[in-house]
Amino acid sequence: MIIQAIFIVMTLCTLGGAVGVVSSRNLFHSALYLILSFFGVAGYYVLLSAGFLAVIQLMVYIGAIAILILFAIMFSRESAMNSAKESQANRQRWLGLPVAMGLFISLIAVIIPVNWPIQQTAPTTDMVRDLGVAFLTSYLIPFEVVSVLLSVALIGAVMLAREENPPVKETK
Amino acid sequence: MQILTIVLQIAILLAIVLLHVAYATYFERKIIGHMQVRLGPMMVGYHGLLQPIADGIKSFFKEDIVPEQADRPLFLFAPVICLVTMLTSLAVIPFAKGWVLADINIGLLFIFAMSSLASYGVILAGWASNSKYTFLGGLRSMAQVISYELPLGLSLVGVMMLSGSLNLTTIVDSQGSSFSSMYLFPQLIGFFVFFVAMLAETNRVPFDLPEAETELVSGYITEYSGMRYALFFMAEYIGMMVMSSIGTICFLGGWNGPFEVPFFPPFWFILKVYGFLFLFIWIRATLPRYRYDQLMALGWKLLLPLALLNIFLTGLFKILVH
Amino acid sequence: MSGLYLPKEYLAILLFIVLGVGFGVVTLWIGQFFRMKRPYFEKLVAYESGNPPTDEPRMRFSVKFYLIAILFIVFDVEAIYLYSWALVYDKLGMFALVEMFIFIALLLVGYFYGWKKGALQWEK
Repeated sequence: MIIQAIFIVMTLCTLGGAVGVVSSRNLFHSALYLILSFFGVAGYYVLLSAGFLAVIQLMVYIGAIAILILFAIMFSRESAMNSAKESQANRQRWLGLPVAMGLFISLIAVIIPVNWPIQQTAPTTDMVRDLGVAFLTSYLIPFEVVSVLLSVALIGAVMLAREENPPVKETK
Repeated sequence: MQILTIVLQIAILLAIVLLHVAYATYFERKIIGHMQVRLGPMMVGYHGLLQPIADGIKSFFKEDIVPEQADRPLFLFAPVICLVTMLTSLAVIPFAKGWVLADINIGLLFIFAMSSLASYGVILAGWASNSKYTFLGGLRSMAQVISYELPLGLSLVGVMMLSGSLNLTTIVDSQGSSFSSMYLFPQLIGFFVFFVAMLAETNRVPFDLPEAETELVSGYITEYSGMRYALFFMAEYIGMMVMSSIGTICFLGGWNGPFEVPFFPPFWFILKVYGFLFLFIWIRATLPRYRYDQLMALGWKLLLPLALLNIFLTGLFKILVH
Repeated sequence: MSGLYLPKEYLAILLFIVLGVGFGVVTLWIGQFFRMKRPYFEKLVAYESGNPPTDEPRMRFSVKFYLIAILFIVFDVEAIYLYSWALVYDKLGMFALVEMFIFIALLLVGYFYGWKKGALQWEK
């Protein structure tokens, strides 16, 4: 009973946040709605007994990526931070509708036929340890490749933000 | 029924912690006063003992000014976010054996997650006030908090390796009850990194740049007044207590002490937390503020490599010992 | 609901969040009936050391902040791998140390590149 109520609240957070992202006229508010959506997903992880993933969702998605998005918004033109006067929809919305519907239908078509294995009891093993062992044994190569990927991202960011093309003078 | 018991426990914990917060401000003013050869608060009650209560009542009745150009809902809610994220960390902290509300097996990570959420209260306050000082204060605070969250997290990896757990109770238990088995000694580098990062993470002197009053008035809380201001203040002190608790649990052996105190098991824990709080205050009375570029350089160029080095040394040490 | 499960510990955390929000909101809401309210124009204007505010308050700022955020994401992800690695270190020993050493070394390539290019340098 309680769990169902929590599930519904989390779903409202996730979907409501997602709707807010696209419907808000203020870019900064959109980013905050996105955080709400992320938060709902973290709640799902908790209900699925995946506390570690929930915490990572909070730390990486809300604590890092959303911050980057907020910085990016603040870094853009001043008008992006204030509410837009015009409507959020543009001329391509009628084209967007069938594409979105098609995506939705194909996702449903994939999800429904799958026979999801559902456990009635909570898992007993420690997920963090299992993940740690998996990274170092069966998924060793992907694990090391992640490091390369992160390194490349870092170098790319440094290149983009180089001093040769300073976008604005330092505001201090 | 079970829910009612938990609610009752939480209510008691909240009341106790908020009382401690009130008196932490009193101690801070008293200690700094005496260090600067002043007396500190003296007027309300014996040696000013009722001063925190008077402050609380005052801020409760103060006018709550919402600037006209502010983003109203965000402005009103930002202090609550700040307070709640700080408070929620308390749920996973073991004050003594078994004295913990939520003994989750990822307690340490949960606290990291909550502290990263707490920065949202700050940036929302800074953005929603729509004023230059708050905007810059919020921005600086955000950059500072994320820069020091890394060394803070990485400095504790050594502790995780030694104890093999993220559960705070297990971390305390694995240290044993003797003085020499505290993780402070094998993790001296880790403790140093943790301590500096802790000061920066809680925006305390010498890293209180987000509210550097000489240049930013009051930083992200410039536009706040009355009770909302008080909530930010409480959040800051609760943050200090949470960080002190982490330091106590991970490096100083938690609730273990030279002897068992009858009827009140958290005695040593609270004593150690107050030791940390005293350090916070002592440093505030002693050190000048860092410059912003120095702050960033310290975090990224010294603490981060040092934390990684500590992890490597701990790993090597463990292999050599076994 | 099948497959969903909420341990007692997380219930406590959830209640904690609810009570915390409740505490904050209720104190502020009750205070509304007691505190004074005398707003006038000067009080409601953004504080700018006594002068009338000039310019947009939300200005663009240095690209450095953005760079810091990207650096943070990269190292945050690395830290999360390290957490799960630290817990199983006892079990895997030398092998784990070497693997993590490679992982961090690869990452440090990017880190030192950024250092050399002055990404960690705040003032130029």
